[in-house]
Amino acid sequence: MSQHDEHHFVSAYDDGSRIDTTDRQTNITPETIAEMRQIVARYPEPRSALLPMLHLVQSVDGRISDAGVNACADILGISTAQVNGVATFYTMYKRRPAGEHHIGVCTTTLCAVMGGDVLLAQMKDKLGIDEDETTPDGKFSLERLECNAACDFAPVMMVNWEFMDCMTPEKANELIDKLAAGKEVRSTRGARLTSWKQAERVLAGFPDGLADEGPTAGPASLEGLRVAREHGWRAPKAPSVPQIEEGGSK
Amino acid sequence: MSVDILTPSLTESWDQPEAWKLANYEARGGYQAARKALAMTPADVITLVKDSGLRGRGGAGFPTGVKWSFIPQNNPKPKYLVINCDESEPGTCKDVPMLMATPHTLVEGIIISCFAVNAHNAFIYVRGEVLHVIRRLQQAVAEAYQAGYLGKGILGTDYDLDIVVHAGAGAYICGEETALLDSLEGRRGQPRLRPPFPAVAGLYASPTVVNNAESIASVPAIVANGADWYKLMGTEKSAGPTIYSLSGHITRPGQYEAPLGTTFRTLLDLAGGIRAGHQLKFFTPGGSSTPILTPEHLDVPLDYEGVAAAGSILGTKALQTYDETVSVVRTTLRYTEFYKHESCGKCTPCREGSWWLVQTLRNLEAGRGSEGDVEKLLDVCDNVSMKSFCTLADGFVANITSSIKYFRDEFEAGYHTPAWELFPYEKSIYFPYEREKLIVNEVADK
Ligand SMILES: Cc1cc2nc3c(=O)[nH]c(=O)nc-3n(C[C@H](O)[C@H](O)[C@H](O)COP(=O)(O)O)c2cc1C
Ligand code: SF4
Ligand code: FES
Repeated sequence: MSQHDEHHFVSAYDDGSRIDTTDRQTNITPETIAEMRQIVARYPEPRSALLPMLHLVQSVDGRISDAGVNACADILGISTAQVNGVATFYTMYKRRPAGEHHIGVCTTTLCAVMGGDVLLAQMKDKLGIDEDETTPDGKFSLERLECNAACDFAPVMMVNWEFMDCMTPEKANELIDKLAAGKEVRSTRGARLTSWKQAERVLAGFPDGLADEGPTAGPASLEGLRVAREHGWRAPKAPSVPQIEEGGSK
Repeated sequence: MSVDILTPSLTESWDQPEAWKLANYEARGGYQAARKALAMTPADVITLVKDSGLRGRGGAGFPTGVKWSFIPQNNPKPKYLVINCDESEPGTCKDVPMLMATPHTLVEGIIISCFAVNAHNAFIYVRGEVLHVIRRLQQAVAEAYQAGYLGKGILGTDYDLDIVVHAGAGAYICGEETALLDSLEGRRGQPRLRPPFPAVAGLYASPTVVNNAESIASVPAIVANGADWYKLMGTEKSAGPTIYSLSGHITRPGQYEAPLGTTFRTLLDLAGGIRAGHQLKFFTPGGSSTPILTPEHLDVPLDYEGVAAAGSILGTKALQTYDETVSVVRTTLRYTEFYKHESCGKCTPCREGSWWLVQTLRNLEAGRGSEGDVEKLLDVCDNVSMKSFCTLADGFVANITSSIKYFRDEFEAGYHTPAWELFPYEKSIYFPYEREKLIVNEVADK
C-alpha cells in the first residue's frame, strides 16, 4: 500500500478484493435504502447516482461495507463487481473504517516543499499511526493528500474535507489536541468541524445547514482584491449598457 | 483606452460579507444578465459569447462560444451542460474560492449557457474533497429554485432548467472531460476515445458541453456588459480578465484577477515579490502539467500565445513559484509521483512509464543514480509522450523534460549526491508569518 515500497510493483489498478468482506457489520436501514432511491431520482439515468450513493454508504457505515455495495448493486440493477470496481477506483472511498475525524495532509510538491512533509511526519508521530490507518479508539484516521486546490494557503491540511489553511507544526498539534478533547474547532474558511461521516452525508447530497458558517473568502483569496482596492483599480465600465427588459420572454 | 493593472470582475465581491447569499447577489445586480439573455434568441447569446473572445479557463483555451455552436440542434436527444469543478491540477486553486464566495455567479452563468445550447439539465461536478464549497453550491442551487430561477418555466418564460450538484470522490483524472463524463455516469473515471466528441455524444451519448467553472462564471458579466467591454481587457487573441493563482515562496500568495497578457513580473511585484532574502528559481505558468519557466521568462505575457511562444502552456494560470532553496530533482520526483498515483491505468505508456520514471527519479534524489539516468528519463518520456491515450501523460512528461532542460546538472548530480545534501530541505520550509496570524484571528466566529 505504501507509495514508497520500492521493490514491489504497485499497479495503478487497486485490488478490489481489499474491500473487507469479513467485516459484516452494517447500520444500513430501510431509511438508508429510501435515501438511496431519492438520490437515484435526481438523475436522468439511475447509474449516475452511484458515486453519491457510495458517499451515503460511508456516512452510515464509516466505510464502503459489503452490505452497502450489495444495496447499491440491488437498487441500480448492476453487479456487485461493477460497484466494487467503482468503489476501488476513487481514493475517497475507504475500505476499512475511517476515524471520527479524517485528517489529511497535502504532500503534493508545493505543500510538501513548504512544510507538508514535516507536517505529515509529525501527524504520524502524534497520532501513532501510519498513513491510511485509523487509531485504535476510532477517533482519527490519517491520509496523505494530493493537491487540494488551496496552494495559496500552503501548507494545507484538511479535517473531514474542511480546509485547515496555512498550517504550522504548532497549529497542527493544537488542532489534534482540541479534537481529541472534544472541543469545538472551526475550519479556517468553512464551518465548525462535524465528523467525517457527517461530511460524507453532505457529499451524498443531503445538506447539513452549515453553508452560512465561515467567511466569504480566506485571506489569501483576497490578496489581489486588496491590492486593487488600495490603488483604486477596477474592471473598466461597460461602454454603454443596453437597457434590460424586465421579465423578458423568449 | 487604458485599463487598470488589476481588473477584479469575478473576484469583485469576494470581500463582501455573505456574498454567497442570493439576496446579496441580487442586490449587486445578480440574475439581471439571465433575464437579459432569456429575452434574446439562443443563437444571439452564442454569437455574443463568440464575439467576446472568451476562451475556456480549464486549461486548453478553446473558444467557449464556438464550443457551444458545435452542439447539433437537429439531434433529437436532450442536450446537457456539465460544469467542470474538479480542480485538481496541482497549483490550480481559483474555482474553489470562487464557488465558495459567489456560487450564484456560476448558477447564473449556467442558466445563460444552457439557454444558449438548448439544454434543460446541467450538472456541476465538484471534486469531493472541498466540503464547504459543496455546501455553498447546494444552497445556492436550492435558493435559485425557490426564487424561480431554476425549475419549470424560469423567470416567467416557458424555459425549464434543472441543476444537480454532484460530488466526485477523489480522482484527478476526472477533470479530463471524457473521464468526468464516465464518472458522472457512475463508472470508473477513465478517458474515452475521441471522436465522438462530447458535443456529439457526451453524457448518456447525448450532445454535451463541458466547460470549466471559471469559463461559465465569466458569462453573466459578458451578457450584462457586452462583448466589447470584455475585449477591453486582455490581448487580441486572449480576451478578458482572468484569475491568476500565485502560490509558493512569495510574500503574499493569493488570487490576482488581471487582464490576460499580464506578465509574471507585474503579478509578482503586486504580491510583494519572492519571500525576503530569496530569489526566483522557477515557476509553472499553468499548473504542474505545463513546462516550467525560469526568471528569463518574467516578462512573458501570460496569455495563450505569449506562454506558447515561450515553450510552455498558459493552462490554468496557476503560478506555483519556487525559490533558490528548492531542489528541482525533488520537485520533479514529487510531481511524477502525483501523476503515477493519478494515472487511471487505462493505457500502458502512462501507467508503466510513470512507474519507471518515479523509480529513476527516486534514485537520483537519493544520490544513488547511475551514469546515463538522465538519458533514460528522456528516453522513457519519449516513449510516453504523444503515445498515451490522454494528456495526463503529456503533462508529467512536460514537467520532467522542461526541468531537465533548465537544470540538467542537478539531475546529473544525483549520480553521486543526494538532493537533500545539495539543497537542505528545511531551507525550503516557509510559513508566511503575517498571514498565519491573520488566519488565527479570522477563525470566523460570527
Ligand atoms: C488530466 C486532466 C485534468 C483536467 N482537469 C481539469 C479540471 O480540474 N478542471 C477543468 O475545468 N478542466 C480540466 N481539464 C480540462 C478538461 O478536459 C476540459 O478541457 C475543460 O473542462 C473544458 O472547459 P473549458 O473549455 O471551459 O476550459 C483537465 C484535462 C486533463 C487532461
Ligand atoms: S494517459 Fe494515463 S490517465 Fe490518460 S488514459 Fe492513459 S493511463 Fe489513463
Ligand atoms: S499543493 Fe497542497 S494544496 Fe496544492
